[in-house]
Amino acid sequence: MSNFMAQWVYSPAVKDHFMNPRNTWDEKENFVPDGVGDVGSLACGDQMRVMIQVENDRIKAIRWLTYGCASAIASTSMLSEMAIGLTLEDAYHLAPEAITEALGGLPEHKFHCSVLGDKGLRAAIDDYLEKNGLPNPYRHTIAKIVCECHNITDVQIENLVKTKQATTLEELQEITKYGSTCGKCKADIAGLFDELKHIYNV
Amino acid sequence: MKFVYLDNNATTPIHEDVIDSMNEALAFYGNASSMHAFGRDAAFKIEEARLAVADLIGAPSGSIVFTSGASEANNTVFNIFREQIDLGSKRNRIVTTAIEHPSIIEMVAYLRGRGYKIDLCPVDNTGRVRLDALKELLAEDVALVSVMFGNNEIGTIQPIKEIVEMAHSVGAYVHSDATQAIGKVEVSMRELGLDYLSLSAHKFYGPKGIGVLAVAKGVPYAPYIHGGHQEAGRRAGTYNTVAIIGMGAAAKIAKRDQKDEERRLWKMREMLRKGIVEKIPNVVINGNQEHCLPGTLDVSFPHAEGESILLYLDLEGIQVSTGSACASGSLEPSYVLLSSGVDIELAHGSIRFSFGRYNTEDDVAYVLEKLPPIIKRLREMSAL
Repeated sequence: MSNFMAQWVYSPAVKDHFMNPRNTWDEKENFVPDGVGDVGSLACGDQMRVMIQVENDRIKAIRWLTYGCASAIASTSMLSEMAIGLTLEDAYHLAPEAITEALGGLPEHKFHCSVLGDKGLRAAIDDYLEKNGLPNPYRHTIAKIVCECHNITDVQIENLVKTKQATTLEELQEITKYGSTCGKCKADIAGLFDELKHIYNV
Repeated sequence: MKFVYLDNNATTPIHEDVIDSMNEALAFYGNASSMHAFGRDAAFKIEEARLAVADLIGAPSGSIVFTSGASEANNTVFNIFREQIDLGSKRNRIVTTAIEHPSIIEMVAYLRGRGYKIDLCPVDNTGRVRLDALKELLAEDVALVSVMFGNNEIGTIQPIKEIVEMAHSVGAYVHSDATQAIGKVEVSMRELGLDYLSLSAHKFYGPKGIGVLAVAKGVPYAPYIHGGHQEAGRRAGTYNTVAIIGMGAAAKIAKRDQKDEERRLWKMREMLRKGIVEKIPNVVINGNQEHCLPGTLDVSFPHAEGESILLYLDLEGIQVSTGSACASGSLEPSYVLLSSGVDIELAHGSIRFSFGRYNTEDDVAYVLEKLPPIIKRLREMSAL
């Protein structure tokens, strides 16, 4: 038995990037990064480090490490190829949807894995700007994911507070399921929720 | 390309003799419930199969109720006691464990949601039921204690005999899902004193979609599927003649080969365990190493994620399973491992190797050649 009828579990592009990941960090290279971003949550099964070199406001080179599943590996590999040569601004706005599309699609429940890479890249750019004492004009142009396990953004929570759909933390939890997997975001989201309630006076 | 199937706890290939018996069985098209010659012939073959299964599990043939598999058998048992409770029984509590098969775990959640009282007995860090905790949970209000014989993921075998004695001493009935143990270790309902036992044919080289709930004499019963007089009114539905005959053939083989299989499976499992420990640094062997299904080996590889290991192994022709969340469709890793006190990262990096009768020692050698570079590669790529 060797001719399987079914396709591989993911798309051919995912398989290719999973089997031959591009731009992975190698100790022997002595890659000196200008910015480093660490994201992810072990409880959700993925943790990632993205390292970038920057030249003339563009991503010159990128290296990454990840502890994660096949789609996390493939999507970070794809992201690393897409990011090279981009201006910091474009790189900052590289959307997970674009990565997923380039990979020929990912199953719904795997979308979580593909949003990790672009978050890592953003964190690396933030780190580069901060280290060099440069202003960060991008940080507030992007919805920030506050619960990594369930992909909940600060903008989503802001809307729920603003529209009074979530008036207590319990209601917010009910609607978004935040914090129900690894739980590490709980304190931060409680703080954000209080702040937003104050801002919108609810 | 070489293929090494090490996912026998998920399902097993059908034995050649079972395939032959099923091919022949296709000719017995009569409805086994019909009185005419064709029906009688089919019924005769079904009764043969019933005897073979009964013989395999040390139970009288009258105890055998054919079901669509162990999930239905497990659901049926819980439904029997749900009905008893609905009818006003003073025994209105069920005790089970947190590491049961989903067909029990989900049933527990369903019943709890409707107000039924169900306690989960904790297990120790090898997955064995804590008898001290069980003792605390047992009282005169317990109707049923349900504990699996051997765990599908980590292979841990439970002290069923002790559990039966403890439960019976407070007047509770005992069920065991023995699906993973059949054909691998000796399982005798009579010897253990079990009141109910579930099994599924496809875990011992029989066909899928057929199983048994064995019910001891004189214990409570209520049909889960209503509609006909089959199985003395215990389970309605036209007999699945071909599958039942296949299960009967598989049961005969399982009984005949059990001792040899137990030895062979354990030998290969131990070869793999020792080889992994020797060749790969920093691994954790999960489950109980003394009370363990002979063909099951569950290993955690820190700093390597389970789905990635599984898929790299698949590309080398090796089929295994993982407790990682990434392979489960949810974000939660294996509840069996977490309930056994396994750390969340170790649960994400767990791989189950489960041997069967078609595996050879060459398969172990092949895994020991392909696995170490995969783990090394993933660890080099890991951000941990």
